[in-house]
Amino acid sequence: MKDSLVLLGRVPAHPDSRCWFLAWNPAGTLLASCGGDRRIRIWGTEGDSWICKSVLSEGHQRTVRKVAWSPCGNYLASASFDATTCIWKKNQDDFECVTTLEGHENEVKSVAWAPSGNLLATCSRDKSVWVWEVDEEDEYECVSVLNSHTQDVKHVVWHPSQEVRVSEAVPGGRDDWVCCRLASCSDDRRSKWGKKVNVATRGGSDPSWKCICTLSGFHSRTIYDIAWCQLTGALATACGDDAIRVFQEDPNSDPQQPTFSLTAHLHQAHSQDVNCVAWNPKEPGLLASCSDDGEVAFWKYQRPEGL
Amino acid sequence: MVGGGGVGGGGLLENANPLIYQRSGERPVTAGEEDEQVPDSIDAREIFDLIRSINDPEHPLTLEELNVVEQVRVQVSDPESTVAVAFTPTIPHCSMATLIGLSIKVKLLRSLPQRFKMDVHITPGTHASEHAVNKQLADKERVAAALENTHLLEVVNQCLSARP
Repeated sequence: MKDSLVLLGRVPAHPDSRCWFLAWNPAGTLLASCGGDRRIRIWGTEGDSWICKSVLSEGHQRTVRKVAWSPCGNYLASASFDATTCIWKKNQDDFECVTTLEGHENEVKSVAWAPSGNLLATCSRDKSVWVWEVDEEDEYECVSVLNSHTQDVKHVVWHPSQEVRVSEAVPGGRDDWVCCRLASCSDDRRSKWGKKVNVATRGGSDPSWKCICTLSGFHSRTIYDIAWCQLTGALATACGDDAIRVFQEDPNSDPQQPTFSLTAHLHQAHSQDVNCVAWNPKEPGLLASCSDDGEVAFWKYQRPEGL
Repeated sequence: MVGGGGVGGGGLLENANPLIYQRSGERPVTAGEEDEQVPDSIDAREIFDLIRSINDPEHPLTLEELNVVEQVRVQVSDPESTVAVAFTPTIPHCSMATLIGLSIKVKLLRSLPQRFKMDVHITPGTHASEHAVNKQLADKERVAAALENTHLLEVVNQCLSARP
């Protein structure tokens, strides 16, 4: 099973710090990483190796927690513990900070563009989700503040075209509008197997989400991230036990009650917690991961034969 | 991460007359430990020695003297690289519980090899906000953000500094 995930390369992306998050640009040619060193780095290939194309360092005063590419690939948004969100404009290999969005009371934890590229959502420890509208002149205006959460909001995503979503088990973590997924803190301390992945769906006229499959018994520590590959249907998890796992839906399984198998399990993928996993949007099976050890690793996943 | 209440002198103490416990002696040195050829594994006593001298945020006493930490509440497995520490606030409404837990966590983060996974939590049933405090201490995102707060880091460093 181990051969189904092969290491392609490893880079010290955020030395002496932790790497929190990764995002591929829509073309799949660039990977953005961010971390506790307050920097964002842009990675691309040269021959067979991954090299740093740019360093975005003049934006934030504290940890950069997450980054997100606009659907057109020309902008990068970065969310920071310094309570701000920066918008970077790509110009060849250079990135320029064109605006800084302020308003959240404290740490901004996540940022996401709507599929249209005209709206941006940010969320924070201040329990709110802000929605920003962008015009042609790169002007951003806050059009909505959503206060439906009772705790800090860890993650925000827009509804994609897909009907199946994945979320981590978060006690009380649900949202009825932009957030269909809340990541992290799936820490049920009562049992070792309290860490689980739920696959939920929403059908027809019923607006509520229904859990159709639970993957439990696999992860021994907090699951920090989860990524669904749009090209292969593989589901990868980043875990606090230093491991990367990949699951795939069994052939012939009932779509209403699907079953999944663990198809790859790399115990020591990193030397510390794995914080993020990201599938390349264009190249099937290309997976990037990052860790508290500051490194970014690139992997090639191949579904094992006979599954 | 740490809500309300002043730290240190000035205001009224929440628990003005805490029970003071005897400090344990130094670890007895065995022949095996003096032998440079024998690898010493990290055990509960070693972890306890790291955290017992942490200062209480409001009393001029250590966590050991207040019985907030005890060796029996330290669980460690060197081969599995795991450490679990339960601490007991002196009173069930102690507003310093998160700060104490954070100080223990920071001390272990600074002292142990990076391979160690550590869990710091309140001794079950000894604090009114046990669940909320445990959740914050287990949330490494919150811990990371807290340690970027210079004022809070200063308070933690005071708890961790050697007493004059």
